[in-house]
Amino acid sequence: MIGLIGKKIGTSRVYDDAGNAVCVTVIHTGDNRVVQCKTADGKDGYNAVQIGYDDQSHKRRVTQPLQGHFKKHNAEATKWVKEFRDFSLEVQPGDTVPVTIFEPGDYVDATARTKGRGFQGVVKRWNFAGGPASHGQKGWFRRPGSIAAGSTPGWVSKGKKMPGHMGQRQRTVQNLKIVQVREEDQLLLVKGAIPGANGDYVVIREAKKKPKATK
Amino acid sequence: MNQALMDKIESEQLRTEPLEFNVGDIVKVHTRVKEGAKERVQVFQGIVIARRGRGLNATFTVRRISYGQGVERVFPVNSPNVEKVTVERRGKVRRAKLTYLRERIGKRAMLVKERK
Repeated sequence: MIGLIGKKIGTSRVYDDAGNAVCVTVIHTGDNRVVQCKTADGKDGYNAVQIGYDDQSHKRRVTQPLQGHFKKHNAEATKWVKEFRDFSLEVQPGDTVPVTIFEPGDYVDATARTKGRGFQGVVKRWNFAGGPASHGQKGWFRRPGSIAAGSTPGWVSKGKKMPGHMGQRQRTVQNLKIVQVREEDQLLLVKGAIPGANGDYVVIREAKKKPKATK
Repeated sequence: MNQALMDKIESEQLRTEPLEFNVGDIVKVHTRVKEGAKERVQVFQGIVIARRGRGLNATFTVRRISYGQGVERVFPVNSPNVEKVTVERRGKVRRAKLTYLRERIGKRAMLVKERK
């Protein structure tokens, strides 16, 4: 497993060798600092690498518990810390993980928070059909309809799709192809869309279902 | 910073020499077509009826009548497959989009005043 933390910058298109336009999401990875390495035979009991991203020059911008954590491991203060299980690269605390661990043609999974939609009805949130728009219908356009039967069984089944808060959830998009890796700007260009707004944090991992050929 | 990075990516792909033509012109679009291993240039001639978008997203639409059937093709301005565009005849039009040509049939379908 290899991975990076980045920031979504925007979407654009690039032309491939055949002249086809490929839609890409641009991710800035910057300095991915290794904060801590956990080992299975150490006191943590599992193998993982903790990576910090987004340097904060002003330490007050980092919570006090995190400040203590960075101090303990003699690491740079970063806004975001994420753990990667069974990291397959040899790294030491203090190292930075470069973008070049990925190559064009690799497949990755992207995890991020979706844009918040607020309180939404069932039509937007669950793709319900709503009511008929014509034939004399009135006042029954986007309603959920019946939510259960009558006194038998006398309850509404759990998990019933209803209106509520939508978005701002962690979502992963699998098997996105890497189109370009730009070392000088530390950018990854990934084919397709990634959840979240521009400027949001994204975790890029080697694709679970299409892992990179082991070197 | 983010916008600067995006601009950098996009500006790399823009054409070095902009395509010089306007809506209403009759143009020949030279496109690269790959057939198996061979590559050749295909020419599509017609009236430019629209230009839209800016930067990397800019496209233009060319309309022609082919065997009595109207055909429109949309070309991305910055596609590397569009080799060059030559203007055959400059047109004088008073619209930015010549969608009214779609309703015309026969001789009038390609009728646009020439710009002197």
